[in-house]
Amino acid sequence: MSNRQWFLKGMKAGIPIAMGYFAVAIALGINAVGAGISALQAALASLLNNASAGEYIAFTLIAAQASYAELIAMEAVANSRYLLMSAALSQKLEKSTSTFKRLLLGFTVTDEIFGVSMMQEGFLSPYFTYGAFAVATAGWTGGTLFGALMGNILPSAIVAALGVGLYGMFISVFIPEAKKNKIVAALVLVSFILSAAFEYLPYISRLSGGLRIIILTVVISLGAAILFPIKEDERDA
Amino acid sequence: MHSPYIYILCMAAVTYLIRVLPLTLIRKPIKNKIIRSFLYYVPYVTLAVMTFPAMIQATEFSIAGAIALVAAILLAYFGKGLLFVAVSSCAVVFVVELIIRLL
Repeated sequence: MSNRQWFLKGMKAGIPIAMGYFAVAIALGINAVGAGISALQAALASLLNNASAGEYIAFTLIAAQASYAELIAMEAVANSRYLLMSAALSQKLEKSTSTFKRLLLGFTVTDEIFGVSMMQEGFLSPYFTYGAFAVATAGWTGGTLFGALMGNILPSAIVAALGVGLYGMFISVFIPEAKKNKIVAALVLVSFILSAAFEYLPYISRLSGGLRIIILTVVISLGAAILFPIKEDERDA
Repeated sequence: MHSPYIYILCMAAVTYLIRVLPLTLIRKPIKNKIIRSFLYYVPYVTLAVMTFPAMIQATEFSIAGAIALVAAILLAYFGKGLLFVAVSSCAVVFVVELIIRLL
């Protein structure tokens, strides 16, 4: 397939993601305005970040007028899972992929874009990911702007319902893999149980949400990698 | 008073660096079986960790989030796509919370 065909294929894969993002980002936009930044600044933040959890945390800190250093530290923790996703994505690229293409690809790593990119057979054409991201970020940025501008006239029951859309998207990424692979299914269950434990146990629950996510991700994934290493012929790793 | 633009610049710069460094620094196929397996499991584990219990805390009534969670898992299991699952989750929460308020 040509680069152009890959880009178009990516755009098609990006359409449902963009629509999901639009709905989810409305809640984010409302949050941003609550933190005291303008609708255009909220849209700019979404265009440059494309990170749900990272942006929620940032807007909370901005509302509290936290220091820049504090914001930087929290963003590093909240987004550290992308470090792992990018490392996984690096294994999906042909070795000859140019630095420029890699620099551009680095901008596109979101949970869902990563998900659809890893689902492709064989090596990943960066153009597929670019196409998916171009469409998806339009939904994300547009949804943020819409929420920031229209948030106060939307009924609160609708805004509350939109908040769970993000988790619906997460579920639609890990359940299909869990259906194919029993170990992944077991890991999902273990992740649910330990995540709930970390949320409610004394002391541990005082750790920030971002830090708990990264600790659990590393511990569970590493444990699984040691106990159940994947067979070498499995396509992605 | 801090500038919103510097806040936005800080968050964007950190987020980009985290995303781009592994892609530019890791250029060779990783041979180590444990690391390969670890990277395969990471995305599914991290998304699962982020989903629960956050999903049932995101709603006004936990039961609405819990029903939406089960519905989303079933829909994804039976092959429904990302958008359908996401929108259905929202719809379930909307309807369940509406019913609770009416009761």
